Amino acid sequence: MSNPQQLRYSKEHEWLSAAEDGVSTVGITEFAANALGDVVYAQLPEVGSTVTAGETCGELESTKSVSDLYSPVTGEVTEINEDVVNDPSLVNSAPFEGGWLFKVRVAEEPADLLSADEYTAQNAG
Amino acid sequence: MSSTEPSELRHTALDALHRSLGATMTDFAGWDMPLRYGSERDEHIAVRTKAGLFDLSHMGEITVTGAGAAALLNHALVGNIASVGVGRARYTMICRADGGILDDLIVYRLAETEYMVVANASNAQVVLDALVERSAGFDAEVRDDRDAYALIAVQGPESPGILKSLTDADLDGLKYYAGLPGTVAGVPALIARTGYTGEDGFELFVRPEHAVELWQALTKAGEGVGLVPCGLSCRDTLRLEAGMPLYGHELTTSLTPFDAGLGRVVKFEKEGDFVGREALAEAAARAEQNPPRVLVGLVAEGRRVPRAGYAVVAGGEVIGEVTSGAPSPTLGKPIAMAYVDAAHAAPGTEGVGVDIRGSHEPYEVVALPFYKRQK
Repeated sequence: MSNPQQLRYSKEHEWLSAAEDGVSTVGITEFAANALGDVVYAQLPEVGSTVTAGETCGELESTKSVSDLYSPVTGEVTEINEDVVNDPSLVNSAPFEGGWLFKVRVAEEPADLLSADEYTAQNAG
Repeated sequence: MSSTEPSELRHTALDALHRSLGATMTDFAGWDMPLRYGSERDEHIAVRTKAGLFDLSHMGEITVTGAGAAALLNHALVGNIASVGVGRARYTMICRADGGILDDLIVYRLAETEYMVVANASNAQVVLDALVERSAGFDAEVRDDRDAYALIAVQGPESPGILKSLTDADLDGLKYYAGLPGTVAGVPALIARTGYTGEDGFELFVRPEHAVELWQALTKAGEGVGLVPCGLSCRDTLRLEAGMPLYGHELTTSLTPFDAGLGRVVKFEKEGDFVGREALAEAAARAEQNPPRVLVGLVAEGRRVPRAGYAVVAGGEVIGEVTSGAPSPTLGKPIAMAYVDAAHAAPGTEGVGVDIRGSHEPYEVVALPFYKRQK
C-alpha cells in the first residue's frame, strides 16, 4: 500500500490534506483501515464542534473491535462525510478518497505531523 | 493487537500458506491463526452462499482407547458417550464436580474401543489433565494427539460438491454429526460432517504433513464455485448467527449446562456415576423452579455493536450481560447473545437495551438462533 505524498499523517494513523481556504480534510490511513477490518459504524464529530489535536473526536467500529478516532489538528468541524455514516465500508474501500471522515477549519497544527515517507517508515518499524 | 512475541506462539502446518495468502494473523489461545484474509464480511457471506475453507488446527484432539474407553468417557463427561455408534459424533461437555463447565466438546467414536475427543484450543490442556485424572481405575488410555492432527474445514452449501470431486467416500451416506475414515485428494483423512457455522460442511482431520497438499487440492476444487479461505473472525460471526455458544463467552466454569440453556446434554439416565452428577441434579431442579438468567438473542435497532461484557438494561436497571456481539452480515444489523433475567427473556419483551459505552441503545429480544439454514 502507498501513502499519498500530498497528505500529512499523525502517529495515530489519521491523514490530513493540505488546507484549502483554511479547511483540511481528515481520514484514516489504509494501514489503519486494514488493521481495523470491516468498518461497520462511524461516529463522527458534530459539525460546528471543536476538535483538538491528539484527542478523541469519534469512534470507528469494526467487526471485532471499537477504536477511538483522534483528530490530527485543532479546529472547528465544518463538514462530515455523510456517505461514510451511511456506508462505513467506504473507509475500507477508499480510505484516502471517498472514505474521508470530516473537514476542519484548522486553528492549530501540531508540529509533529509526519510526511508520507516518515509515516510509511513508522509502520514498517 | 497482540503484544505477544511471535516466537512464543504456536504455528499450524499451514502457517506459510496463510502468509502467502496475505492473511491478517491473530493470537488465539496461544496459536498464531488467520483472523481474515480480506474482508471478514465477504468471507462470512461466502460460507453462507458458496463455501469457505478454514484452518482449525488449533483445536485439541485427545484420543481415548481401550476396553474401558466408553466407561471412562461416560464417567468423565456429562453425555451418554457409550451410546454413540461407531462412526458417529456427539456434542457434549466436561464439568467439574460442582457442575461448572470446563469445556464443550465433540466426541467421535472411531471404533468400538477408540474415541477422539476434540476440545477448544484454550481448554485442551485442562481437558487432557481432567481426562487423565478421571481415567484412574478404568481400562483405558488417554493420549494427547494435539500434534498428530491438522484440521481443515470446508463449510457452506457448495462444500459437498467440492469434497465429492476429491474423494470416493460415501458423503451422501455421511449424516450430520458422523465421521468416517477415507481418502481425500490422495491423503488419508477422518472425514466428519460437523462444523461451527450453521451451514452444511465437513471437517477433515489429517496428519500435519498432509495439510498443505489437502488445502491446495480443496482450493483448486473450489475455484469454480466461489470457495474462499476464511479466518477466525468470520467463524465467530457465523457461529453467533447460528446461536452456537463459545467457551469463555456463553460457557464458563461459573455456569452449569442448565444455566446455559443446554441441560439437554446432561444424561442422568446413563449407567454409572459421572463427575458433577449431584451438583448438576441440583442445578436442573433450580433451573426448573427458579430460572436463573436466560440466554437470549438481541437484535439492534441502531448500528452500534454490543460487545462481550456490556450491560443489558431495562428501565434504568441492569438486567443482564452481553456474552458475544457482532455486526451480523446476514441480518445487516448488530446482534448479540446475552444472559438476561428471566422476566425480560421472552422474545418481544419491550424496553430492553444495551449500555454501549454510556448510551442505552434499544434492542429487540429474539429467540435463538438468528439464522437457520434452509435444508
